[in-house]
Amino acid sequence: MRTTRVSKRRGGKRKLVMAWIGRLLLKPFVVLATLADVVLGPLQKLLGMQRMGYFFVLPNLLVFGIFILLPMLLNFYYGFTAGDSILPENRQFVGLANLESLFSCQPTFLDPRSESFMNPSVCQQDRFWRAAGNTLTFVIFQVGVMVLLALVTALALNREVRGRGFFRSIFFYPVLLSPVVVALIWKWILQPEGVFNGILVGMGLERLPFLVEANWARLWVIVVSVWAQMGFHTLILLAGLQSIPHELYEAASMDGAGAWRSFRQITLPLLMPTMVVVLVLSLIRAVQVFDQVFVLTTGGPGTATLYMVQYIFQTAFDRQQFGLAAATSLVLAAVLFVLTLGQLRLGRTSEIA
Amino acid sequence: MTKRTLLALLVVAALIAAALPALAQGDQVELRITWYNDGNEGEVLRDLLDRFEAENPGIRVVIDEVAYADLHTLLQAQVETGEAPDMARITFPNRFLGQYLDLSAYVADPQYWLDNIPEAVLGSMRQGAEDTGIYGYPTQFTVTGPFINVTLFEQAGVEIPADDSTWEEWVAAATAVAEELSDAEFTIYPVAIDRTGHRFWGPSLSRCATYINEDGTFTVDSPGFRSTAEMIIGWHNDGLMPPDVWGGSAGNYVPAAPYFINGQLVLYMSGSWQVGNFATNIGDAFDWKVIPNPRGDCGATGVPGGALMVAFAGTEHPEEVGKVMDYLFSEEVIAEFYARTLFLPGHLGLIEKGIEYPSNNEALNAFAAMIPNLMEEAYALQYHPKGPDLNAAIRDRLSQVIAGEFTLDEAIERIQADMDALFAQ
Repeated sequence: MRTTRVSKRRGGKRKLVMAWIGRLLLKPFVVLATLADVVLGPLQKLLGMQRMGYFFVLPNLLVFGIFILLPMLLNFYYGFTAGDSILPENRQFVGLANLESLFSCQPTFLDPRSESFMNPSVCQQDRFWRAAGNTLTFVIFQVGVMVLLALVTALALNREVRGRGFFRSIFFYPVLLSPVVVALIWKWILQPEGVFNGILVGMGLERLPFLVEANWARLWVIVVSVWAQMGFHTLILLAGLQSIPHELYEAASMDGAGAWRSFRQITLPLLMPTMVVVLVLSLIRAVQVFDQVFVLTTGGPGTATLYMVQYIFQTAFDRQQFGLAAATSLVLAAVLFVLTLGQLRLGRTSEIA
Repeated sequence: MTKRTLLALLVVAALIAAALPALAQGDQVELRITWYNDGNEGEVLRDLLDRFEAENPGIRVVIDEVAYADLHTLLQAQVETGEAPDMARITFPNRFLGQYLDLSAYVADPQYWLDNIPEAVLGSMRQGAEDTGIYGYPTQFTVTGPFINVTLFEQAGVEIPADDSTWEEWVAAATAVAEELSDAEFTIYPVAIDRTGHRFWGPSLSRCATYINEDGTFTVDSPGFRSTAEMIIGWHNDGLMPPDVWGGSAGNYVPAAPYFINGQLVLYMSGSWQVGNFATNIGDAFDWKVIPNPRGDCGATGVPGGALMVAFAGTEHPEEVGKVMDYLFSEEVIAEFYARTLFLPGHLGLIEKGIEYPSNNEALNAFAAMIPNLMEEAYALQYHPKGPDLNAAIRDRLSQVIAGEFTLDEAIERIQADMDALFAQ
């Protein structure tokens, strides 16, 4: 009886202390709210309760307008201008000249006998076409390899294996790193005097030109990119796999379906909507590849790993050809727009299926 | 007094407190300098300006430090919007021609300025031959030139070639050093040149390349250009040069300094600005020295460069700007600035007298001694409005040859086409 009373008293004291700490922690917010009320009170009287909503979304709208919408509109205008000036009013309007320059190859673009753009050397802006070709190759291989590996990893991690949580964290860990940090680590490993070459020399072998020979560089850019991003896509696929009801597999097993058939006829069709999301997300990200590669190879050797965004960046800020860079951005935006439309359509189709 | 009134009073008091320093300054003139730092020069400038402010209490000079990478873009935006600073330290004077303040009317002795600033530097800030204005002064002068690792020569027992040797003779000696000392675990490269067209210009001019036509446009193809390009491409093909300096990039300047600092390079073609870097990062790990630019059939030139302090015409206080510029370019003050920052002097009087540097005196004066030998075309290229574009085109197109994307003929054709398109604009 006595013990209960003592513990009740202790409990009451604890509650009082907690309430006091709570009030103390709230104090700054109360002061801030009171301060805000000095301004917001009269404003609410002025605007009325209904219109106050607009006031609260205004900061976000301003940020969006100033840092996203306005630069987009400016970029659109810049794409049709030339000159050294940064101010739009001082730039010379040149119509489609920048786009024409991008698409001007010998023989010309519209000539059916054209050597087309497969040979960038015949194009006026050869670096643009090299960057476009490199980006296409990168997208095909990086997305293909990454989605496949992410699927295999997700399937493996979905099984009841020992240390599953640990392996999930290991695969996800590179996603948490900044792309620049990832590139710096791999550069340290792959450079001529790097870790891998150190190991090769230690084994009595020749050094390999991992980042200074075109095909090696292309390969490693894809490897590093897959290593850095795969965990994110694995996690999405894993969530998709876990949403498939277990009963379906039990029923299929009772009907005599093997593992391969279950995978083909249950897992794959039900995972398809998630696969579409993964595919399109990785596709869009691959087209925009820049920071990681810029630090790892700066687009070299030659132009072997020069991709579209770096081409735009260099055209604008290295060569001060802002109009040409803006026109290239418009082309890239059109490509991304088509990809996004594709995503929406695919998404709808897979939902219906 | 209610809580709300009290809070409102507090807000008003805070606003007044924030405005007080501005009110307290009264009619003191505030001038702003946009500045970038490579080393300790910002610190030295501040120190010098503190002394100026103590003698001139009516003027306060604020240094706005920005990253070099953003400097010219930022200034361009400021100049175009009429928000230019009063003064700035820049490296591409061509970008703001017509926007500078003519200091002739605001400095005490304009003749002193005209006598002590190299003609090519004065011309780089002027608009055409009729313009006789004084728009700024060099905060530093730079010269491109080579360094050698003396310790490696000694260890290999190879004699250091004479000062008037050619590139071929220097590279042959450096190759002998590298072959003697290099092994599978520690590669020593005979030679390297920074990845920039600017470093290419000097050797090519020495080997009789010519670039600038009478009408100011460029012609790239010349025997001197070809022989220099073939030489550098050959260094890559023969494995004499670290492969990732020119071969491992599609843009940007890449210095080979880390190889030299690491003791892996016998001969390094760079420039005077590396002296401070080597002094700090090599210390007494090995001995190095500056050698004269290797001789070609037409000379032994480096390429000048450097930074300028300019004043902008939009300033509201031209008198005060003139006073500050006059103080900073006075012989005593600028001599102290050059000495403390380990910069080569851009002041003709001081070039003649020489600067007593507190450290690396020999290396810096070796570079200073190159200044009288610089070819006229080297100045013309450095201060040509399209010089930076030619520099980038040479850098990127030759890198493509090294990577196997072009033949040298195709690269020369491309550089020419790039330049023609630029002039056509």
